[in-house]
Amino acid sequence: MIGHLTRRIVGGAIVLLVLSALIYTLFYLAPSDPAILACGKGCTPERLADVRAAMGLADPVWTQYWHFLQGIFTGRDYSLGPTVRHCPAPCLGYSFETSQPVTTLLMDRLPVSFSLAFGAEILSLLLGIGAGLLSGTRRFRWFDRLVNGLVLAGYATPVFLVGLLLLLLFCVHLQWLPFPQYVPFTTDPLLWAQNLLLPWIALAVIQTAAYARLTRAGLQESLAEDHIRTARAYGIPERRILWRKALRGALLPLVTLTAVDLAGIITSAVLTETMFGLPGVGQLLVGAVNQIDLPVVVGVTLLTGLIMVLANTAADLLYAAVDPRVQLR
Amino acid sequence: MIRALLRDRGFVVGAVIATGMVLVAVTAPLLAALAGQDYTTYHDTLLDSARGGVPIGAFGGVSGEHWLGVEPGTGRDLFARVVYGARVSLGVAVGATILEVLLGVGVGIAAGLGGRWADAGLSRVIDLVLSIPSLVLAISLLAIVPQDWPRPLILAVVIALLGWGGTARISRGETLSLRTRDYVAAAQVAGAPWWRVARREILPGLTAPILTYAALLLPTNMVAEAGLSFLGVGVRPPTPSWGQMLSTATTWFRADPAYVIIPGLLLFLTLLSFVLVANGLRRVLDPRQREILR
Repeated sequence: MIGHLTRRIVGGAIVLLVLSALIYTLFYLAPSDPAILACGKGCTPERLADVRAAMGLADPVWTQYWHFLQGIFTGRDYSLGPTVRHCPAPCLGYSFETSQPVTTLLMDRLPVSFSLAFGAEILSLLLGIGAGLLSGTRRFRWFDRLVNGLVLAGYATPVFLVGLLLLLLFCVHLQWLPFPQYVPFTTDPLLWAQNLLLPWIALAVIQTAAYARLTRAGLQESLAEDHIRTARAYGIPERRILWRKALRGALLPLVTLTAVDLAGIITSAVLTETMFGLPGVGQLLVGAVNQIDLPVVVGVTLLTGLIMVLANTAADLLYAAVDPRVQLR
Repeated sequence: MIRALLRDRGFVVGAVIATGMVLVAVTAPLLAALAGQDYTTYHDTLLDSARGGVPIGAFGGVSGEHWLGVEPGTGRDLFARVVYGARVSLGVAVGATILEVLLGVGVGIAAGLGGRWADAGLSRVIDLVLSIPSLVLAISLLAIVPQDWPRPLILAVVIALLGWGGTARISRGETLSLRTRDYVAAAQVAGAPWWRVARREILPGLTAPILTYAALLLPTNMVAEAGLSFLGVGVRPPTPSWGQMLSTATTWFRADPAYVIIPGLLLFLTLLSFVLVANGLRRVLDPRQREILR
């Protein structure tokens, strides 16, 4: 177990290292001048010279990359002409466009993306497992067909299309909800939920059906197993068999999927956030891309890479924790 | 096999719509000429300037001249933009899928037939590609690519470079299981060079699993293209794409709902038709796993 964990962590670290090296070289060897890119759109010749010096562009690439890596652990200073900007560890770079360390920018945006992802995941799990239980215990053929159809439709529907249609229906046509505008949870939990409701639904529409189908398949499989038959023979009430025994086996595959899907939502939140105007990490990325604010782009890419690695590791460990048959060596 | 496919109602409906969309994309200039419109001409007279440039008339200004109405703000003909948009959406998706299959099958066979070290090394690369947050990296890559490079080609290449991991993983697994078969061993013992083994003995065995997977990659890549164009890093104006239309629609949907519905419906229908085709293929080619997706 410990050995497995260490190996996963080392493996994840290697993935991140390669990813960062890849992004770094790609972006800093790109056909366009990185200093101009990092300097941003309103760039003066003096500032360009400063930025070039601050980024250490005179050094070879590997030295630059080494400084970048060092910055993550020890922080680093950027001298912009007479002023020195300190970027504390973990320093993922410095945004000359907004005059802020990239880490600060990311930390400001992360709560929004997490609110979006966790809410949507919980909603899809609740709806999906509920629907799966319903169709797994009582065999309604039309219900199964509906779920199957929704899985296909969900696969064929980009989230921004669902989002646009939801806005059109609930905010313009029916006028049940105001246009979403992010309110932090700490300010007003109720308004927070109300404004995130449509983005949550948009994401859940796409995922729920897949969960429902998995739950149903798992439930039918585990209800057919020997230990369930034994339990029935002992006269244990059906309701208790379902909740205590069958469900546990049925939800196994969902556990791993949840972790991976959660990371998927965060990394692809760019679309949802742009659609609903939520100020999360994804919107930060789109803004940075439009402003050609390179350090931020590198930072966001690394952060999402980290989230993916963490989620995959968590999925592995969770799977072993829930299913005693899986042995981690 | 074809008879089995034709019995699947979903497959038939999907195949008909998909073929129709491909035809629309191929004959886009013809269709636009037939309608007597092109996708770049502005028609200011058809817009209601008092309401901020919303098309005059019902459902986005549908008329005998402009079959699907005009674009709000510019008055460009929507029918012409939609048919040319099909070119970009389908072209990029098909191109990306072909590249992914070529790259993935190549790497997969190399990993499966190569020695232990080649396999270990290539498998790590495949794992890396699979664990990359592809949407984020695609946005970043598209942002730094010089603006004057041909945009649809770049889009296809970027999508493919970030998305070949799945094909490679499947090809590697299948190759590993195929190489233990007697006929492959026989060919190797007979002294066939590796490339002949790969082409004659392995590749035919890969066709079915790769075909089913690639059929599903196509709509995935279409969603990717639409998403990237939606975010403004896809094709450049005035080239139309459905994703880019939906992106413009976000500012117009209150005043002109038709402008959301037309490209949105087309995108949805096309994607659904490809998913139905993929589902049908999987049912017939891979009877063990009758349902697609997870």
